[in-house]
Amino acid sequence: MGTIQPKVAEPAGDEMALVHAAKAGDVSAFEQLVHRYDRNVFRIAQHITQNREDAEDVVQDAFLKAYQNLANFHEQSKFYTWLVRIAVNEALMRLRRRRPERMVSLDEDIKTEEDSMPREVADWAPNPEQLYTQGELKEILGKTIQGLPPSFRTVFVLRDVEGLSTEETADALDLSIPAVKSRLLRARLQLRERLSKYFKNRTSGDGKK
Amino acid sequence: MTCSDFLKELTDYLDESMDAQTRAELEDHLQWCHNCYVVCNTTKMTIEIYRDSHLYELPDELRGRLRSAIMSKCKGHEGPCT
Repeated sequence: MGTIQPKVAEPAGDEMALVHAAKAGDVSAFEQLVHRYDRNVFRIAQHITQNREDAEDVVQDAFLKAYQNLANFHEQSKFYTWLVRIAVNEALMRLRRRRPERMVSLDEDIKTEEDSMPREVADWAPNPEQLYTQGELKEILGKTIQGLPPSFRTVFVLRDVEGLSTEETADALDLSIPAVKSRLLRARLQLRERLSKYFKNRTSGDGKK
Repeated sequence: MTCSDFLKELTDYLDESMDAQTRAELEDHLQWCHNCYVVCNTTKMTIEIYRDSHLYELPDELRGRLRSAIMSKCKGHEGPCT
């Protein structure tokens, strides 16, 4: 069985030159960094906050914070990983504001056997893209990921959607590598379980669109 | 290898971050365990479908508006703190 090949875009060689120029006060160099990563930051913010307005605010505040704190970026990691760390913190802060009644933390690590034990073991056929329109598919995927605990969907979006390595994800989230792996496994299995309800092979045709 | 052992290794298997011997043991398990084969296959599809879904794309109009707001705030600021 084939394995997942991450779509990791290596940063262009000129990235550090842009960072250096921005550090020296060249605002247009910073604008190029915004242009390079604004889509990624928005995607991450929306995955975590599950709120469009909050995601817009996160994009603005994360880039502004990055600009103001460029001098503290010591270039031990990629600029993008450093930016992601800022964006995740901003997104989690907004999530906490909206849900003060609920603990929202990256340390959130709900450990139960059942959440990882697959119950749905029917294969998916035909391909979900053939079953649903693009719009319907997005709605299903959005609803499904919304149901995951914030700490799980944060790890999932960084690793599997954005293609950060396990080490980069651990670095951006201040988590250990085993903690990233454990959350990622459970995020993947829980999403799979929930999506199976929509995508499983329905030989009887019941409920099929 | 039990199904539970297989599940524990699933993430490393899909990410190809394991030694050849463990990989061979997992693939041997997949040969005869239909349930683990399905779980492995549909987990892989789950990852691919999210990765390729373009969920939460930033629309061009909003992108332009956000960029203007960011840059005007940056220009209004003294510059990176040193």
